Formats: sequence, C-alpha cells, structure tokens
Amino acid sequence: MLHRYPKRVVIIMLVLTAFVAIFPLWGPLVFGAQSDFMMEKMTLMLILALFAMSLDLLVGIVGLVSLGHALFFGLGAYTLALASPAFSPAAIWWMMPLVMLISALAALVVGFLVIRTKGIFFIMTTLAFGQMLYYFVNTSRHTGGTDGVFIMFRPSVEIGGTVLLDLDNPLTFFYVCLAMVVVGYLFLRWLTRSFYGQVLDGIHDNEHRMEALGYATSHYKLVAFVISGVMASLAGMLAAMQYGFANPAQLGWHTSGEVLMMLILGGMGTIFGPILGAFAYEILQHTFEHMTTHWPILMGITIILAVLVLPRGIAGLIIDPPNRESLAKSPLLKWLKREPTATPPEAAKPAVSTTSKEG
Amino acid sequence: MSATTHHDVLLETPLLATPLLETKGLTRRFGGLVAVNDVDFTLRQGEIHAILGPNGAGKSTLINLLSGEFPPSEGEILFQGQPIQGRKARQIARMGIGRSHQKTNIFPRLTCLQNCQLAARIHLGGVFGSWRSRHRALEVDQRALEVLETCQLVHRAHTPASAMSYGEQRQLQIAMVLATAPKLMLLDEPMAGMGREETAQVTELLKGLSDRYPLVLIEHDMDSVFRLADRITVMVDGCVLETGPTAQIRASERVRDVYLGRHHEESAA
Repeated sequence: MLHRYPKRVVIIMLVLTAFVAIFPLWGPLVFGAQSDFMMEKMTLMLILALFAMSLDLLVGIVGLVSLGHALFFGLGAYTLALASPAFSPAAIWWMMPLVMLISALAALVVGFLVIRTKGIFFIMTTLAFGQMLYYFVNTSRHTGGTDGVFIMFRPSVEIGGTVLLDLDNPLTFFYVCLAMVVVGYLFLRWLTRSFYGQVLDGIHDNEHRMEALGYATSHYKLVAFVISGVMASLAGMLAAMQYGFANPAQLGWHTSGEVLMMLILGGMGTIFGPILGAFAYEILQHTFEHMTTHWPILMGITIILAVLVLPRGIAGLIIDPPNRESLAKSPLLKWLKREPTATPPEAAKPAVSTTSKEG
Repeated sequence: MSATTHHDVLLETPLLATPLLETKGLTRRFGGLVAVNDVDFTLRQGEIHAILGPNGAGKSTLINLLSGEFPPSEGEILFQGQPIQGRKARQIARMGIGRSHQKTNIFPRLTCLQNCQLAARIHLGGVFGSWRSRHRALEVDQRALEVLETCQLVHRAHTPASAMSYGEQRQLQIAMVLATAPKLMLLDEPMAGMGREETAQVTELLKGLSDRYPLVLIEHDMDSVFRLADRITVMVDGCVLETGPTAQIRASERVRDVYLGRHHEESAA
C-alpha cells in the first residue's frame, strides 16, 4: 500500500539515525582535527533534510512542483534575524511561534493565489513569488540589502531563568537539529497515513475525480501548502542560527532548485527519501568541491546519471531493491546491451535472429 | 404520534409530487455547436431512466450539465425542486448526485478499499473533523466494505486499483458512486468495453439497486437498456426525439427509423 514500506526501510533509517546521532563518538576518529567543522556540516545537512522533507509534502505527496519553496526557508531566517534583539538573545518560546505564524500567513496568502494553477503555471507562479521576496530583501535597506542581517546571539531556551539548552554549543545545536528532523519526519509520516493524507493521494492521482466526489480540493491543497511552508520556515530559522545570519541567497531560486534536486536524488513522495537525498547531495557537493573548482559539472553529471539509473531515487532503491527482473527492464542497461546497429537493417536482420536463437 | 405523522405527510407530499430531477429548456453551446438543445427531461423518484442516441447526440454533455461539470448556456435544472444550474460539480456531488465517467476515472495508486473510503468519507461529513472521531472512521470503513460487497470486489479490497482488470475497474467506479450514498446516480456508459458476461453481471447489479437508487443511465448495450430502464429518452443532434416508457420507445416507428435503424446500419457496416 501507499506510504507503507517494507521493514528494512525502518531498520535502515533507524541505523542511519543512530549513526548520525553518535557522530561525536566517531567523528574525531575519522576526521581528526576537522571533526568540529564536519559536525557543523552535519548540522547543516540535518537542516536541509528538514527543508527537503517539507517540500516533499508538496511535490511528492500532493504533486505540486514548487520552484519557490526557498521563500519560506528565507522567510524563517529573516524573521529570526530581524526579530532578534541586537544585544541579547531572543527567547525561543517567542521566536519559534513567531516564525511559524509569519510563514503560515505568508503561505496562506501566496497559496491562495497560486493553488488553483497547475503544472508549469504552478512552477512559474511559485518562482515569481520567491523571486519577488528575493529582490525585495536584496534591495531593501531594512533587510540589510545584499549583506543580509547578522544574528549576534542564538535564541535562548530557558524557563524562569534556568537554561535548558545552550544552542551556542555546537553539540547541543546538532542534537536539536537532529530532534527536529526526527519529529518532522514522524509528523509527516503520521500525516500521510491519516485520512487527510489519503485525500492528498487522491488529489495527486486524480484531482478531477476528487472534485466530482465532492471534495473542495483547493482547500486541502492550501492546507498542505501552509504546513509545508511552516516546516520550511523552521528549517530556515535553524539555518539562520547555524550561519549566524540571514542572507538573500537563502530565498533565491537557486536554493529552491537545490532542494528540488535533493528530492529527485532521494526519491519523491516517500518523506524519508528526501532526508537521504539532502545528505547525498551535500556529501557529493563536499566531495566534488575538494576535487575540482569545476564541481558543478560533476554535480550535474551525477544528477543526470542518478535520474537515469534510479528513477525513483535512493528511496526506490531501498523499497524495491534491484533484482534480475527489474534490471532486465532498466532502460539504461537495455541501451548498454543493445545490438550494434552499424550494419544496414536488411543485412542486420538475419544476424539478429540467429543471435537470439543462440541466446 | 398522530400529529407528527400528519405533519410528515404534509411535508412529504409535495416532495413526492415533484420529480426528483427536472430540466427545462436546457441548452449548451460550444462555440457554434449546440451540443444540447432545449432539452426537457424528467426523472421521477425510484426510476431508471436511460438516455439513448447515436454518438454525438449530446448524451454525455447532458450528464455533464446535470453533474455541474460545466454550466448550461440556457435553461434550468431542478433537483428535488431546487434550481442547481451554475453550481460547482463538488457542490452538486455533495447534494447527493453521484456520477461515474465514461472513461475509467479512479485513483490508480490507492487500493480498491481506499478508493471507496474516499468516496464514503466526503458524504459522511468532512475530513478535518473526523481526525478525532474513531466512530466516524469505522462508519466510513463499514460503508466502503458494504459497497465492495455489493459490487463483488471484497476479494480485491487491498489491491491497488491500477493492478485490477479493466472490468473490475469499471465495477469499482460504480462502487465509488454507491459509497457516496447518492440520492441520484448518473452513470455514463458503465458497461463500456466490458465483455458479455461482465455486462450481464453489472446489469443484474444495477437492477438490484434500482429500488434504492434512482438512476440516469447512458448505455449502448440495447439488451441491458431494455432490461433495466423504466423510461427511455432518445436524443438526436442535441434534441429530444422521443421520451416515454420503455415499451413505447421500443415500439416507436420514429425511434426505429432515426436511431435504431442507423445503429443497425452502423453495426452492419
């Protein structure tokens, strides 16, 4: 059934989560002096995983391809940066609801305007809204222009003067991000398996039939758009904490494009796939960056190969591991094993029939 | 008690008197083409009403107008005495007019049961409220299983719809309409493309449902139509050629010349 995966998916994800969680144990052994830097990288991957997951609700589950999702990512970052006091940390109990509220309102307004469009028009309108905010932030004095806004203090997590978590501590922040990814994943898993999720599947499969049954599909899509936007803004808020600033690039279409590539690489519509995709994308980029300055070329080739070999992403590889039968159907392998067609067709005909008899 | 009964009778009498569905001067134009031309159509309670006509006669367009797929250019549609023309398809669906489509129109990735659950849920009250209500969920499941049983698809409950045979998918379409507990069903060629045996099976199914669900039926299979329909309306070029009880239409010279005659020629050719 849809959104029900074999046991090995759960096992693999639990093992990987544990593996990431004990990074402080194996990190120094593997990376030595670079371990701290690597943990920051890892934190960033977790944040991007949360971001990618949120987009998967829209792209993979509902079937709305958005090229403006960075709008909410950047909005979360800027909300935190602009609402934080300059010389003291903000309280997370205020910051998080504020970020969620503002992004929910923005998603409601943008969603209301774009949700009735489909396909290429949805891509274009979401892109347009994303770029609108990008250029506004990029040129406005209030948002620091191209420099962005710096965040001097990460928000504090305290109750009545007792500090619960020190987000300035990289290790603590790493675990906070890990927890956010786990909670986000469990939430989306629950959502996709709920009846609301079933309605979204129905819209993905056949929106016209849903309308004919009596569903106001645009309302359901709008709710998904808002949930997705709020989750992305939380990822953006974490990213701003991580970097220590909010920057226009965080809401440009490059960011939207990158997160879309993470989805493609990881496998859309599975929720856990995009998490793997975010990690894979970042690890690939990190590796290629160290090999050559022309790393985007390698990145592009890898993505194209990934799409050819793994049409359902890394997640597809885990859900249906390749076997003899599926490999025989693979278009790439068929192409590689094709009969040489250098000879003219008339001459080639008998040759082909004899080989097939032999085989 | 007697007072309430009397009251009920007073309330119900006009409902019985008014037809379930009525159109007056219904017209739909697509540019220069008049697909449905000044159609007066009446469906009484508890009746199976078949619409016959050659290809392009405007049968499907009529169904699309009744279900709100697109608005009429002119004319009125009354459902239980209420005008419904100009309402959206989903609003009309929620008033209790369920329809199936000529082309198979299901949710391919969802299981057979889930397809019916989606249909059942919308008519057992919305979706958001039901998150908390376990009771509601059971009701939906029960309803979905019930219609699968009616349509003899229980053994396929957990099969993805895309993996079922064509005939089963057609049956699932009817199951989905039933799951919405409609006050009126509009079935657009429910047996299209089915084999003889399956057609007979579905005909029996519809016959069995006829006392509970009034039905407007488009169908090309004459045997099924004559077996099922209480009344028949014959359409040609967007207009009603003749309408009346099945026996009358069967005997009608005009219908035989214009439609059945042409139909026979077509099948002979």
